[in-house]
Amino acid sequence: MSILGTRVVRTEDPRLLTVGGTYVDDLRLPELADAARVTFVRSPMAHAKITGMDTDAARQAPGVLAVLTIQDMDDLTPPPPPEPGSEVSEGAPLPIGGLWSEPLLAIDRVRYVGEPVAMVITSDSYQGEDAAELVSIDYEPLPAVIGVGGALDTPTLLFDGTDSNVPVDSGEAADDAIFQGCDAVAERTIVNQRLAPMPLEGRAAAARFADGKLTYWVSTQNAQISRFILAGALGMDPGSIRVITPDVGGGFGAKVGIDRDAILVAWAARKTGRALRWVETRSENLVGMTHGRAQEQTIKIGGTNDGRVLAYRLDVVQDTGAYPRMSGFLPFLTKLMAVGPYDIANVQTKSRVVVTNTTPISAYRGAGRPEATAAIERAMDLFAAEIGMDPAEVRRKNLIPPDKFPYSTPTGATYDTGDYVTALDKVLAASGYAGLRAEQARRREQGDVLQLGIGVASYVEITAADAAAGETARLAVHGDGTATVYTGSSAHGQGHHTAWAMLVESELGIPMANVTVIHGDTDLIPEGVGTYASRSLQLGGVAVHKAALEVKEQARRVAADMLEAAEADLELDTGRGAWQVRGDPGTGRSWADVATHAGADGLTAYVQFTGGGATFPFGTHVAVVEVDTETGKVRLIRHVTADDAGTVVNPVLAEGQRHGGIAQGVAQALLEEMLYDADGNPLTGTLADYAAITATELPSFELVNSETPTDINPLGVKGIGEAGTIGATPATQNAVIDAVSHLGIRHIDMPATPSRVWAAISDAPGGQGGSGGQGGQTKGAAR
Amino acid sequence: MIPAPFTYKRALSVDQALDLAAEDGDEAKFLAGGHSLLPLMKLRLAVPEVLIDIGRLGELRYVRGEDGHIAVGALTSHDELARSELLASELPLLAHAAGQVGDPQVRHRGTIGGSLVHADPAADLPAVILALDATLVARGPAGSREIGAGQFFQGLFESVLEPGELLTEIRIPRPQAAGRWSFQKFTKRAIDWAIVGVAVQDDRVALVNMGQTPLRAGPVEQALAEGAAPRDAAAHAAEGSSPPEDINADRRYREHLARVLVARALEESRSRL
Amino acid sequence: MKVTITVNGSQVAAEVADRTLLVHFLRDVANLTATNVGCDSTSCGACTVLMKGAGEAGGGKSVKSCTVLAAQADGSEVTTVEGLADGTGEMHPVQAAFHAEHGLQCGFCTPGMVMAAVSLLAENPSPTEDEVRTALEGNLCRCTGYHNIVRAVLAAAPAVSERRVG
Repeated sequence: MSILGTRVVRTEDPRLLTVGGTYVDDLRLPELADAARVTFVRSPMAHAKITGMDTDAARQAPGVLAVLTIQDMDDLTPPPPPEPGSEVSEGAPLPIGGLWSEPLLAIDRVRYVGEPVAMVITSDSYQGEDAAELVSIDYEPLPAVIGVGGALDTPTLLFDGTDSNVPVDSGEAADDAIFQGCDAVAERTIVNQRLAPMPLEGRAAAARFADGKLTYWVSTQNAQISRFILAGALGMDPGSIRVITPDVGGGFGAKVGIDRDAILVAWAARKTGRALRWVETRSENLVGMTHGRAQEQTIKIGGTNDGRVLAYRLDVVQDTGAYPRMSGFLPFLTKLMAVGPYDIANVQTKSRVVVTNTTPISAYRGAGRPEATAAIERAMDLFAAEIGMDPAEVRRKNLIPPDKFPYSTPTGATYDTGDYVTALDKVLAASGYAGLRAEQARRREQGDVLQLGIGVASYVEITAADAAAGETARLAVHGDGTATVYTGSSAHGQGHHTAWAMLVESELGIPMANVTVIHGDTDLIPEGVGTYASRSLQLGGVAVHKAALEVKEQARRVAADMLEAAEADLELDTGRGAWQVRGDPGTGRSWADVATHAGADGLTAYVQFTGGGATFPFGTHVAVVEVDTETGKVRLIRHVTADDAGTVVNPVLAEGQRHGGIAQGVAQALLEEMLYDADGNPLTGTLADYAAITATELPSFELVNSETPTDINPLGVKGIGEAGTIGATPATQNAVIDAVSHLGIRHIDMPATPSRVWAAISDAPGGQGGSGGQGGQTKGAAR
Repeated sequence: MIPAPFTYKRALSVDQALDLAAEDGDEAKFLAGGHSLLPLMKLRLAVPEVLIDIGRLGELRYVRGEDGHIAVGALTSHDELARSELLASELPLLAHAAGQVGDPQVRHRGTIGGSLVHADPAADLPAVILALDATLVARGPAGSREIGAGQFFQGLFESVLEPGELLTEIRIPRPQAAGRWSFQKFTKRAIDWAIVGVAVQDDRVALVNMGQTPLRAGPVEQALAEGAAPRDAAAHAAEGSSPPEDINADRRYREHLARVLVARALEESRSRL
Repeated sequence: MKVTITVNGSQVAAEVADRTLLVHFLRDVANLTATNVGCDSTSCGACTVLMKGAGEAGGGKSVKSCTVLAAQADGSEVTTVEGLADGTGEMHPVQAAFHAEHGLQCGFCTPGMVMAAVSLLAENPSPTEDEVRTALEGNLCRCTGYHNIVRAVLAAAPAVSERRVG
């Protein structure tokens, strides 16, 4: 009986629970014994020219070893001037560069609150905070460009030499012909709001130069990519850089590679000749780490009165913040997945990216796909309301049937496998959907203050979108019978060490306890991609699996030699971890025996596995909320899901990923939003104001099983890491609107805070009395 | 993240606390549990040069029944208030409200005195002691004085205490009917400050976060005195208030919440027999 | 000033700046780095430890060590997650339950979460699910969605009770 598919608790835990993880700030290595501290001086202005800088007072403060500004960056080769026509392709998650380039330290202009302007190097972090306050910078304010509307309508351009604030504009112009012939059409502009990824550990890095070599520790999801970035930024040969990933306290896409602040730490270490450590505070993190989402979406959906959707249009404007770090990549993914799990004949998509004087946007759990799903799921509910049909029924009528896979969407994606209607049915059954609707009807009839809302969302998402980049695995079985896996994946909570050890045990019969998994050190693993896009199991895990298969064949040859038998007559008893002549346990040779016989490095395999393509997990979420119609407060009372990511290797890990994803998805629907005022000052700059979700706002989740393997890799696995988030947000948003739809309310933007919900109720045709008011905006805040 | 430098002094008696405070005048602040003051100092929104730690003044931690009133020492923690059997039976409003402050860790450290002197109109206990019609006792260089709750809160983060004055005790008259209370704390998340809150004891109604200080809802109390039913009296809840506008609520929404929450508070308090 | 704190049973004494936060005393003076700093607004609870003043009964109460000065903790006893084991080599029931129930992923919030759970169970030995969720309102986790953390605390409760009695 294989260990795969069984519940296995994590090998990572005992250390984390008893002595704690070793995150960058915990490193107590001899190489960092004399490390000084970096404190950044950051812009308090959203948009301004820098007209002067005085660092004298700071230089004289206690403990200050250096104060570094742009004036000190004379040791870096400036980037080449932009070549005409050399724009980065829309589909590449890379900075556009050129006229839209982002400097390391601000040069003569700042474009977002939090942009790094100077660095103070001190003996300890307390002194660093004191000294940073003494750096005096003169700013000449420029008009702040805030919000999508702001970026499109303003004469103020963020970047000289450009003619707009729109670095990327692509997709099809609107053509309403596709909606002719529709009995019912619904259209709306909705917001997918800006969020802070907020991993519990912020950004952190440590750097030491010695003998021309840089050793760099960083809280990242990609050690090898980080090394590549450092090499380019510092003008170094990658071979002279060693990047080490210690324990990482969460990433969620915001720690992909390294950003300018982290590069500056390495540069400053070289400049000052000191080992340095940087650990940002939470306030810095909330404005300095990239934000997520921030799309304005215009959706239009049309179909027949009996529920068939015929046409859908999605027009996205992506606020990318002050610098386009990911070009058009996020809305590219949004457009790719626009049609969701539905069979819709006519689909149009368009996207533009705008720059604004806010923190730059990058990937955040789902990275472009939650936005797609939120849009189509709102559209499905708007359509359902238009034709007076139950939202679950409308979905059922339009979900791609199981016999149509692989399914090519009008947007250019090919879904591998799926059984969407079954997932919908399972979740409706598990939630007791009919009973919920009956309870909702009863409360409406009685005019209860607490109304019930039931939200449905079906989704499909793309994982391992960069399957072609693949992943690496090196597996070695040692003379003592233990094994070591070197993986290119980079876990930051996902439990890869447990799962990869399970894969080795399953294939080779070496017990998990004897399998060591290593990741995140470019000296040990020079080639690898790392963990994002829910790619690790289907690429990194499959690479481990294939390496095990190779080692198995090597061992077979060696065992045949030892046993003087033909390879075809041998078998591996995985239960005992022994090679033997088939049917003759007495001949058994342990892995230790075989590895010893094989000699040093005798049983080693290195695999660079390039995936056959992306895979497409799917599912359905049903959220049940109670809305207090007198106050607008929403309480999530149940959340039921099916999240199908193919074969499940370890249910414990898969459930954990679903739970965490659901919580972040619900948080977007109900609570979280990064807000700026009209001048670009963040209004949610600490965790007292940024409403990160807590245990008290969530119920326990009800997870339904669904496993529809992919045929794209031998394990049949897809990626589960982001699926929960993608399904949870629209289900919860739909539930809130559903709770008050009997008042004539068709839409409420996220987050459905009490204020926003109450404003909708108060303004509703069937509501408690609109004394005319704003439709759901809180005072003074821009998005 | 880190407070600006300051000098730490420690008082081991009330007299010593007063002497130390007299030395440094308005450059010094008393440090009790620190859960109002230290968060401000860590963001450098407050930069006192001297902190006088009064956390060890055990003589100021008590909950005692006295003649006609309950006496609560200023350094009693929120957690101690929430667990006090005496308060549970005689002043359940205070016990319950203290149990809603912050989270368990904050309640283990924060004190009623610290919270009251901090005078944040969005905090829970200032409105509660207004509804309880408490008297606050302060000691200073010039001796002791008693201050009615209605005079204690002067403005945003401003109590009536002079620099060097130490709040020592809160005296709460025993209510006519201990059970006629309600505390409605309306938040986005359980851990948040109240967007609006209401404290009711007998026929006194106090509002959290409807102005620069906690407020008695005079017009509501007037209506009740004239025989109005709870919902009708509650319609006056926002009169005379000046609610702040922030990312959680505009003025109109706060006024609406005040009306809803006062109605609920009055109904709940009257439903307890 | 000179500060002496008994940390996990051992006295740690040092001359520190008056403004030194207890969390930094634990991490940098006592060299116990399991307790983490996750925010600067007393919100996240990653820094939660148990603190017991002189003359106080019990095992100490949960506090956010980022909002306590080392000077305030002078003379106190502090327990961090590293001090939870009783010396038998086995994990404390709360640690064991977090492991069994997959109550941690990246591990950064975990030490504070575990100490908050220990404190909760000391004050409320048989909590309901709602009581657990409310008691953990001051501890943020971004990875787990809290589902398994709550299960872990509920699972640990009987074992913790037994331990106290036995």
